[in-house]
Amino acid sequence: MGTQTLSSAIPGGGFLLQASAPEDTFTPENFNDEQRMIIDMCNEFLNKDVIPHLIELDAKKEGLMQSLLDEAGKLGLLGAAFPEQYGGLGKDFVTATIINECLGGGHSFAVAMAAHNGIGSLPILYFGTQEQKDKFIPKLAAGEMKGAYALTEPGSGSDALAAKTTAKLSEDGKSWVLNGQKIWITNAGFADVFTVFAKVDGKDFSAFIVERNTPGLSFGEEEHKMGIKGSSTRQLFFENCAIPKENLLGEIGRGHVIAFNILNIGRLKLAAAATGGAKLALKTTINYAKTREQFKVPIASFGAVQHKLAEMAIKIFASESALYRTADWIEKKEQELKSTGHDNAVLGAAEEYAIECAMLKVLGSENLDFVVDEGVQVHGGNGFSDEYNISRAYRDSRINRIFEGTNEINRLLVIDMYLKRAMKGRLNIMAPAMAIQKELMSIPDFDTDDAPFAAELKVIANFKKAILMCAGAAAQKLMMQLEYEQEILMNLADMLIDTFQAESILIRAMKMQAAGNENAAIAADIARTFIFDAGDRINIAGKNAINAFADGDEQRMMLMGVKRFSKVAAYNTKEARRRIAAKLVEKGHYPF
Amino acid sequence: MKILVCICPVPDTTTKVAFSDNNTHFNTQGVTFIINPYDEWYSLVRALELKEAGVATAVHLVTVGKADAEPVIRKALALGGDEAIRIDTDSNDTYAVAAQIAEYAKTDGYDLVLCGKESIDYNNGTVGAMVAELLDMNYLGFAAKIDIAGGTATVTREIEGGEETDACSLPLVISCQKGVAEARIPNMRGIMAARTKPLKVVAPAAVDTVSTIVGYELPPAKTGVKMISADNMDELVNLLHTEAKVI
Ligand SMILES: Cc1cc2nc3c(=O)[nH]c(=O)nc-3n(C[C@H](O)[C@H](O)[C@H](O)COP(=O)(O)OP(=O)(O)OC[C@H]3O[C@@H](n4cnc5c(N)ncnc54)[C@H](O)[C@@H]3O)c2cc1C
Repeated sequence: MGTQTLSSAIPGGGFLLQASAPEDTFTPENFNDEQRMIIDMCNEFLNKDVIPHLIELDAKKEGLMQSLLDEAGKLGLLGAAFPEQYGGLGKDFVTATIINECLGGGHSFAVAMAAHNGIGSLPILYFGTQEQKDKFIPKLAAGEMKGAYALTEPGSGSDALAAKTTAKLSEDGKSWVLNGQKIWITNAGFADVFTVFAKVDGKDFSAFIVERNTPGLSFGEEEHKMGIKGSSTRQLFFENCAIPKENLLGEIGRGHVIAFNILNIGRLKLAAAATGGAKLALKTTINYAKTREQFKVPIASFGAVQHKLAEMAIKIFASESALYRTADWIEKKEQELKSTGHDNAVLGAAEEYAIECAMLKVLGSENLDFVVDEGVQVHGGNGFSDEYNISRAYRDSRINRIFEGTNEINRLLVIDMYLKRAMKGRLNIMAPAMAIQKELMSIPDFDTDDAPFAAELKVIANFKKAILMCAGAAAQKLMMQLEYEQEILMNLADMLIDTFQAESILIRAMKMQAAGNENAAIAADIARTFIFDAGDRINIAGKNAINAFADGDEQRMMLMGVKRFSKVAAYNTKEARRRIAAKLVEKGHYPF
Repeated sequence: MKILVCICPVPDTTTKVAFSDNNTHFNTQGVTFIINPYDEWYSLVRALELKEAGVATAVHLVTVGKADAEPVIRKALALGGDEAIRIDTDSNDTYAVAAQIAEYAKTDGYDLVLCGKESIDYNNGTVGAMVAELLDMNYLGFAAKIDIAGGTATVTREIEGGEETDACSLPLVISCQKGVAEARIPNMRGIMAARTKPLKVVAPAAVDTVSTIVGYELPPAKTGVKMISADNMDELVNLLHTEAKVI
């Protein structure tokens, strides 16, 4: 249909408009030997130093979290992706993602670490002056200093730019004086350095570096939280807190650039950590299901339990496939930008794929929530007991749908970015959307292709048409009003997120089959099962969207269209899930 | 002082053991190999400590194995060590393995050879002693503590009900167990360096093979447990007699 051309360099958001070539798509099967050694090392560190201490961590044992971060620093895990000139190891983006994923099994430790070397360090690394970087980054990379990020306030969470904290230049012009309050600040209990957002003279949103012992900065008590109890979360109070003038980070009035750019990377890393956490929860659950007996047999032998185990693995495979596909895109873009002399190549690259980062944040956190929820269910009453790790996993998972931009905000962002990019001509969405409206009038093409996965590829291409059709018509019809029809935006975002996952899974399964991977058959089962269910989800979301803005012939035509474009051939998902579950039970863990 | 550390790849401890070729071969399909824990946690780390303390000048690693052993060797190099030697052959015969190591060690005068007290796959625990004999070196087995000063090793061994401390002059072969050192996790720099450290592949020497494995057998599968209530002694006696056939 002209919308599906193969290209290796897919621009941000472009997956909707063109198919990826399997040979150009990166998957975990492409990890190199060094990356595999890093995975082993991270797991060794988790199993030896973190997992045995989870109970003490949750009890907030004095100094424990800091000492684990110190240990991670000594192993080189904190500064792995920082440039060598600042004491880092200069590792690539994919490797950094791998580290975040692996350590994602570390519960509260994972949150503290991600906050430290993500939002706690990156603002200075990417926006700091030479002096600021020299002063802080080597210490942050080594873990000698711990970092935190203070954006949220009691009155401004999702609406972060409405912050009330102010900064005023002192009379002698030598310092910035901060006044205000921050809330929900991760690592606040021990961080040495904070990136704090405040409005200069109450209007220009800007970022500042504030060191812990600055007079005028004080802290609230530890919050009593539902989960990640071991992660320190406190309020910050600024009362005429004077910091040196040089501690302005970036330019006055450009704080939003820092805040939002850092979040792109943070969102992808949250998806990485969620994927690692989900793998651990699945492993725990498989082993419980294998040993718990009811009616004289292990509960893993029940079809209802197998369905759950399989579904958990499918969701993880989805997160993982989408995650590394994107991480590699960012990595390649970073190299490209570097070669053209771009200053902050990583940031530029993450901005290019900001749509994917937002989708990953949503799908990573929701897939994790699904996994821990079913994990508790498979554990029965024990799953509700604090004595079983799965109940901690359940509690710790929930926050991921809230921080780094709530999932609602991220869904809105996905569509908002698409529309903005379409408007600016960065992505050509309207032409293919029109082409699909024309296609609707024509007779469906019944050609069949016997090539492996040809049918599934066509289904994915159709999913994209369903999205383009709905989004195009909604934009045309509602125009500026669309922004206020959030329910429709949510429908569209859901369709996109399902399609992004479905395609990422399918391409990976195809690659595995082509490479003769020992798990290729299971990957194909996962792909077909996911795609089958996604078809119905996309159909419902599409119908809900269409019914909200169309009527008459147009409505009828589009409802038929979305049905046609979300159609998936009959497939026995029960047998597929049984095969997936059998593999999980045999291996005792996520097998990929 | 140059130290040679023997590094043996062994199946991961979670491996589901299966056999092929009429139960004459261990089936390695789908099996992950790791460094034998006694080699990794104790002999290798102690060798590294001795180098860090300035007692040793070089730490070399030796493995008897085919190319598929290289990931395990790289992991050992990530922990530390200056270079690795892979003797390009495979054998289940303890003598043949020891003879290969000894033949190689002769070519590059080592003062100290460290190995684990046993490998966790075949549990023979005899390679160290054989290497010592073939190299005409002294041997101390099952060390729990090793100190080296002025050409003499002081080695503490656990013995039934207590400890024994021996002094022995170098050159020496020592087999190591728990206590010799604390396990380490390789760090990122180590992993990155491991890629570029020399890994020499040497052709095997012509050595004898003195034993072959004619067959493996798995232990009988564990049978279920029957719970019998304490006030039903007759039932217990009956089952012990008719089912378990032990009384
Ligand atoms: C444990 C924890 C750790 C945290 N760590 C940090 C940290 O280190 N640094 C930091 O700066 N912040 C941190 N946060 C704050 C976090 O980022 C915010 O809680 C989050 O952004 C949501 O803001 P809010 O709590 O004010 O919720 P609100 O913004 O009030 O949102 C409430 C609900 O309304 C919805 N909503 C809001 N606006 C819209 C809209 N425009 N359209 C549709 N729906 C909307 C939201 O999706 C949500 O469901 C942390 C929070 C927690 C709980």
